Amino acid sequence: MPSNDQSIDKRPWLLLSPSLVAITLLVVIPMAFILVYSFYENLDLAVDKVAFQFGNWSEVATDGYYHTAIWKTLRLSVIVTVLAAVLGYIPAYFIAMTKFRDKWLLLLLLILPFWISFIIRTLSWIHIFGNQGALNGLFQMLGLTDAPLSLMYNEFTVIVGFIHVFLPYMILNIYVSLEGIDGNLEPAARTLGATPWQAFREVTLPLSLPGLAAGCLLVFVLTGGSYVTPLILGGPSDFLFGNLIYDAIVTELNWPMGATLSFTLLLLLGLVVVVYSRLMGLNQLSKAFK
Amino acid sequence: MKKIDSTKRYEMLKERMGNGDMDRRSFFGLLGAAGMYAGVSGGIMTAMAQQARAAGTELYFEGWGGVVSEALRKHAFNPYQEATGNKVVDSTFGGEAEVLTKIKAAGNTDGHNILHSSGVSWYKRWVDAGYGSELNLANIPNVENVMDAIIAPFKAITPNSLSAIPYDYGTTGIAYNTKHVSAEKAKELGANLLLDKELKGKIGAWGGDWANRAWYGALQSNQDPNNIEDWDAVWDKARENRDLVLKYWSSGAELMDLLAKEEIYVTEAWSGRVAALQAQGHPIAYMDPPNGLAWMESMFVLKGSPMAEAEELLNFMLDPATAIAVAEGQKYPTSLDPNKVEMTDTIKALPAYDPTGKLDKLVFRDPVVWNEVEKAQSKQWNRVSKGG
Repeated sequence: MPSNDQSIDKRPWLLLSPSLVAITLLVVIPMAFILVYSFYENLDLAVDKVAFQFGNWSEVATDGYYHTAIWKTLRLSVIVTVLAAVLGYIPAYFIAMTKFRDKWLLLLLLILPFWISFIIRTLSWIHIFGNQGALNGLFQMLGLTDAPLSLMYNEFTVIVGFIHVFLPYMILNIYVSLEGIDGNLEPAARTLGATPWQAFREVTLPLSLPGLAAGCLLVFVLTGGSYVTPLILGGPSDFLFGNLIYDAIVTELNWPMGATLSFTLLLLLGLVVVVYSRLMGLNQLSKAFK
Repeated sequence: MKKIDSTKRYEMLKERMGNGDMDRRSFFGLLGAAGMYAGVSGGIMTAMAQQARAAGTELYFEGWGGVVSEALRKHAFNPYQEATGNKVVDSTFGGEAEVLTKIKAAGNTDGHNILHSSGVSWYKRWVDAGYGSELNLANIPNVENVMDAIIAPFKAITPNSLSAIPYDYGTTGIAYNTKHVSAEKAKELGANLLLDKELKGKIGAWGGDWANRAWYGALQSNQDPNNIEDWDAVWDKARENRDLVLKYWSSGAELMDLLAKEEIYVTEAWSGRVAALQAQGHPIAYMDPPNGLAWMESMFVLKGSPMAEAEELLNFMLDPATAIAVAEGQKYPTSLDPNKVEMTDTIKALPAYDPTGKLDKLVFRDPVVWNEVEKAQSKQWNRVSKGG
């Protein structure tokens, strides 16, 4: 007989309460401070006046300089995400499907780069792509070029730097998703006449999409919020919205504008998550980890 | 225990490789090891080091990194520590704006005591922001040997006391690779060498200081940098330069790396860093164009620092033997008066060195003029540098 008890089950909220408290203290309240600061007025370098005015927001809304930065950020984030998805799927598939007994070793290799400072990993590309880097050395040794090729400080190196740093996030998400797929499904498809490619395309790939989507969202958001990689590996025109925040806060010492830009970036990336949830359904993310 | 961050460890390795002290294979091996060390040791080791340092008074010093900080560490801080038992914890900053941001965010100066402060402009900013200390010069008797001409601009800002002691000076001139740019061409073009279209993609520029770009923009648009009347013309020249630039460098180490590896052939550059490159045997020449930018650096003591120990350190650093050793190491002339202290031949050969002790041949920024326009023009520079 079904229960007639209509009272709300409080257990989920009790279990969630530590997380909710942490998120409130570490995310919601600081962001509220940033939002309040965005209405302040910067009088001079590092001198702000408590106020409630919309000058900073108005500037962000109407100044093409910021719109260009938003466009560049979204564009680069899409490029990095797509490339990371393509490049990340192959190793994730290999790790998930391999019969190698010590699979843990492959996963360890995947997370090994995280032991090394992000800055050092980024700087290492200078010694690969630079004038006297490994690649130019190889080209000259093979007689392909007489003089070093100019490979550094452009959008290409920025993209390479991003993919280098964020690829493990993509691989791990896809791997977890692939690992959860019933291993009998693909052979079953084969017995029904599917070619290996068809079996992958119509069975494995669709089932791994939640992991792929979760990886894409993660890489997109991480790229969109970055500023150090373009600073180290980019040329004058390679910058993201995060670099404008750095400029406003650190070099112009204009915290109200920095707060406005920070909140703008939060809204933009939040919007991406919302659109994603409408298109894919946020519950798809949890499937990636089942 | 000496504190070394990941960036400094990387710079040290890079410098050793640049000097030919190790081959590329060893460099990459050590780089990997350094990276892993940085990752693994971040938490526990830092906590243990902090505990170990708790014995003496700690002075937190922030400077420009690379050869400059190395010279200070080797010739000033280490001997000072041995002599007094106090500790100097040195680290590298990206610029003083970064330190001011941190202090403002923290609401106090904890962990920040002495800055290798750049220029009189920053002296004025620190003092105006209320972070200036009052040095007791009776505790720094070696200040008597410092040039009057280099102290005067600081005293003009704080007539009754000093918060800093001028320590060195230099110029931001133009460095060029002699394999690719002739001395005749450099001399003929002067500041306009940075606008030479033939060198497109081989020009560098300092991205970290709006005033530096503006100074060169003024020179290129035939204006007096200390009396700029047409800012649009200045930024037009900065745009012209930007379209030829491969990379805006943001530190002395990066400047040296770009020049040494021939990523760039021409850039404005700090005189001492170029002297360091020349000492390493790189074919880099240096020139100060007419009205080129000169600057003086000070050791600025922030309010709230342990003053007796800070004054003791400054006096130690101004000792002629120490100051000259540091100057030879960092390649910037010392603030000591050559009429009072005999300089070595190495110092006399440094770029920007003034044997008269009057500094009247060098042109410095007028802090009143430059600080007044900084809010608007630094914002403009950030836009120009990004294509605006």
